[in-house]
Amino acid sequence: MILFFADVWHLWLRHMRATIRLPIWIAVTLIQPVIWLTLFGQLFRRVVELPGFETTTYIQFLTPGVLIMTAMFGGAWSGMGLIDDLHHNVVDRMLATPVHRAAVIAARVLHAAFTVVVQSFIVLALALALGAGWPSVGGTIGVLVAAALVTAGFSAMSTGVALLARREETMIAVINFFGLPLAFLSATFMSAQLMPQWMQSVSKANPVNWAVSAARHAVLGTDTSAVWINSALLLVFTLVMVMFATASFRVYRRST
Amino acid sequence: MDAIHVENLTKTYKGKVKALQGVSFNVKQGEIFGLLGPNGAGKSTTVRILSTLSQADGGRATVAGHDVTSDAAGVRRSIGYVAQATGVDRWATGRENLTLQAQMLRVPTSTIRARVGEMLDWVNLNEAADKLVNTYSGGMKRRLEIAMGLVHQPKVLFLDEPTTGLDPETRRALWRDLERLRAERDVTVLLTTHYLEEADALCDRLSIVDHGRVVIEGTPSALKADIAGDTVTIDIGDAGVRAGEILGGVNGVLEVISAGALVTVRVRDGATAVPLVAAALGQAHIAVHTMTLGRASLDDVYLKYTGHHYDAGTATATGSKR
Repeated sequence: MILFFADVWHLWLRHMRATIRLPIWIAVTLIQPVIWLTLFGQLFRRVVELPGFETTTYIQFLTPGVLIMTAMFGGAWSGMGLIDDLHHNVVDRMLATPVHRAAVIAARVLHAAFTVVVQSFIVLALALALGAGWPSVGGTIGVLVAAALVTAGFSAMSTGVALLARREETMIAVINFFGLPLAFLSATFMSAQLMPQWMQSVSKANPVNWAVSAARHAVLGTDTSAVWINSALLLVFTLVMVMFATASFRVYRRST
Repeated sequence: MDAIHVENLTKTYKGKVKALQGVSFNVKQGEIFGLLGPNGAGKSTTVRILSTLSQADGGRATVAGHDVTSDAAGVRRSIGYVAQATGVDRWATGRENLTLQAQMLRVPTSTIRARVGEMLDWVNLNEAADKLVNTYSGGMKRRLEIAMGLVHQPKVLFLDEPTTGLDPETRRALWRDLERLRAERDVTVLLTTHYLEEADALCDRLSIVDHGRVVIEGTPSALKADIAGDTVTIDIGDAGVRAGEILGGVNGVLEVISAGALVTVRVRDGATAVPLVAAALGQAHIAVHTMTLGRASLDDVYLKYTGHHYDAGTATATGSKR
């Protein structure tokens, strides 16, 4: 068990070093939330005048949504690094050592979650500048936990898909196919009460929506039980995805 | 006890490609053992099974006394594995690569620093130790990989086509490194290659692998000595089969093997046989493009046991299709 945590730590350090050496990637992945917040925030500024929004300004409403969407994509893209490792035989070299298999997945998932927490602070600062204000301490923690959990879940899913597909093209197709629809089938941009009935039903089974609900209620500070319930759902989602990724590792070993 | 014991390994990939059809061999402690064969012959599959990266369908194998199926953890602690192409992290330095590898290989934390320094020294990468591997040349990367395979002082080192893709000069340098490895370190090496001259120069013993089977096993010199006399290789265009019949009757000829346009004739004594062979072909009005006389090489061994000439290039083409 100590060896497992040591493995996770050593492999996590490897990913962190790579990120720090190419910090441009953190900047590149921040372009999207900047665009969403400024353009969408401006375009739909007056949408809060409709009944059903819990906030007084749209930027306040939008910030947790965009933050979670950034987190989801951050996790979803993390499997690309694994495909690079697969192609360069790095994974095989590791698998020929006694390193814990689960640690190889856990280090990558934790690295993605950590990176997203750093990004979340930047998104919150940007939102502050755009007039959304800064959430309370408890609210900040709630938002970061929701962001970290949704990243971990999608990162584990992405890792599993990477091990099964082993091709960048497939990953890109999968992420483009599911990414935005998952965001639109949630309360990311629009209050749940204003969604068509069928969308509301679908969104109840959407992990992105769980994360958005948890993050938004954490910021508002009105309904703490919604934060806990949605975070618990996210935790279950993450654990299921980690199991999927571990199973994918076994499939990978059998098929090569 | 043998360092590696392989008994009747079989493996069929999805899509019914029979990669291994009963591979057996033994490698003694401390020797450099070669698996020689074209791409697709089953060399890499064998190494992947022995290093626990893949599982065999049948047969059994032990590495450093550990069974590859029931004691995979034991195998992983005892081996170094250097794969085809690179296995290094390009966005880390040489020292970071080695340190992480030592950690994963359970080298005691207190000795890692010293061991990593010693290995960098041994492969002569001291100056580049703190530069990103991305800036390394092909030869430097390969030396780093070998250091990574040896950092925990394994009993067995697997080198899967270590010189593929290297330029001739770097390849020679790597040969010297492997000679040094044999002289200075008590480690058993299983090396796969599709270069005949490499197997000839480096290996104490070798197996020729073809279509998932071991065709012959022995020391390079014994395998060559096994082929008596000299070899006359004749290029006669498309008259191959007819020439075979004619030459079989020539005095002093031991064996005739036709493979395409090339006819290989094993003769008791080259100097006396060449004029007779030339005369027989002349009488039959067969035009000779070239005729060369040589001592038996591993290529002749290969030809004798597989029935076709050694050609890594063609083998690659058929290998990737299979």
